[in-house]
Amino acid sequence: MTAVFKREFRAYFRTPLGYVIIAVAYFFTGYYFFSYNIYGGTTDFTQLFSLLFSVVLFLIPVLTMRLLSEEKRSRTDQLLLTAPVSRIGIVIGKYLSALCVFLIAILGTLAVAVIASFYGKVDWPCVIGNFLGLVLLGVAEISICLFLSSLTESQVIAAVLGFAVSLFLMLVDAVSYVTKSPVLQRFFAYISFNERYSPFTRGIVELKNAVFFLTVAALFCVFSTAVLERKRWN
Amino acid sequence: MLEVKDLVKKYGDKTAIDGLSFHIDSGEVVGLLGLNGAGKSTTMNCITGYIAPTKGTVTVDGHDILKEPAKAKSVIGYLPEVFSFYSDMKVSEYLDFVCDLKGFPRQQKLRKEHIDRICAQTGIRDLKGRLIRNLSKGYRQRVGFAQALINDPKVLILDEPTVGLDPSQIIEIRQLIRESGKESTVIVSSHILTEIQAICSRIIVIHGGRIAWDGPTEQLLLAGTGRKEITIRGKGDAEAAKAVLAELSCIEQITPLPEQEEGAFDFAVTGAVGRDIREEVFCAFSKAGMPLLQMSSREASLENMFLHLTGRDEPVSGGDEPADAAAKQEGGER
Repeated sequence: MTAVFKREFRAYFRTPLGYVIIAVAYFFTGYYFFSYNIYGGTTDFTQLFSLLFSVVLFLIPVLTMRLLSEEKRSRTDQLLLTAPVSRIGIVIGKYLSALCVFLIAILGTLAVAVIASFYGKVDWPCVIGNFLGLVLLGVAEISICLFLSSLTESQVIAAVLGFAVSLFLMLVDAVSYVTKSPVLQRFFAYISFNERYSPFTRGIVELKNAVFFLTVAALFCVFSTAVLERKRWN
Repeated sequence: MLEVKDLVKKYGDKTAIDGLSFHIDSGEVVGLLGLNGAGKSTTMNCITGYIAPTKGTVTVDGHDILKEPAKAKSVIGYLPEVFSFYSDMKVSEYLDFVCDLKGFPRQQKLRKEHIDRICAQTGIRDLKGRLIRNLSKGYRQRVGFAQALINDPKVLILDEPTVGLDPSQIIEIRQLIRESGKESTVIVSSHILTEIQAICSRIIVIHGGRIAWDGPTEQLLLAGTGRKEITIRGKGDAEAAKAVLAELSCIEQITPLPEQEEGAFDFAVTGAVGRDIREEVFCAFSKAGMPLLQMSSREASLENMFLHLTGRDEPVSGGDEPADAAAKQEGGER
């Protein structure tokens, strides 16, 4: 697992991909910080974090698109799958590498909060809560997109599927309003990422929401492993 | 060292391998020989745990590949048919990664020495700082070889290791395989008979997903056709020479070949099943006062041998089938 993690993490920075993702995340963090906090003269980061929700949802499919699909396409998976490493170890190694790059990418939010603290009073518990929410959002979304990457040999298809899922997650609240069935409404409300993310932006860390994101992450890591395992038996 | 039992692999309706069983002892260098699509790669993929068999078991060094995958895989070194690598990695980085993957100790010094030794062995010491994607095919294959040797494998599995290489690279890779054979049990697959002959002490012929023949290399050609084929060139008249050959009872078929030298005759001669006809042919021509200028054994063609081994050929000229089958059986039991 550590071998896979190390390789994948380094691979992000051997190619421009890691730098681009981090740069884009920093750009948007900086832009929102400028337009809401500096321009608005406030140390309230709620707006910044809720806007980053959509940025993150669109960055993650790019971050994870090649993780498993590329191995399959170039047949480098032959080395991994014949090495004394379990399939879940491979998935988790890859998952953690993407998660680490993601964490670096969102560290900018804490940096701008520190900058703001020089000029005003920052509500740190709220910022930390927000940050935690963003981390948990990434934890879940990376796992979903990693799973999508395991389904195809094409990075592009993996990314497009990832965008579709992200878009769905963003629009799922709206969908729950148009449907009349109370069961469906409850279902959509239940799986809505936004619904579970927004309490964090208000600085409310609810255990059930954290557990939800962590469960989604675990579930999709298991799914990815199952896809690798299935390929072996087919 | 390696036990394959009743291995079956089906892809949907298609059966790729159908009940393979063989046992390979420690230190053997075994060739898996078969036409393309015979099931060689599938067999190797099952042995290495890349794919799981539909039925049957693979035991490597006493560990079942499905029940104790980590233990079984840790003694295997595998060079796939198409060696794939991460295009963003340098040779040294790649080998370091493989060390990590195969659980080699992390101590820097120990690891560096190990990688240096493997690189020296495979002749890529000067290429450690190069990106693998920039190397020629021959050198890439060596990197693949180095990768397979990283864990000092007890079982080394090489899937068509010389495909696409030039003749000098082929010789080098064969040399590497021979050297590795001193320390590991080696399984090499190929569809080229001469290649397997040059490296392996035992050959397993796979055809249509089944074992068509299994035995020591030197017996394969005999088992293949059961007949010795030689070509001769002698001085004198072709008709007279044919008459000399026709008198020999040990000869089954005489085929005239195009004349290569003036005043000389050329023939391809096939002996009866299980007979070495060289001595008798030589003596007969000597007696007739027609000096032989050249005599050589002809390699049996793989195609013919396959057709024979799979029971789809016709006897060359009314050959003795039961005796032939007995010879095959004898070879198979060894």
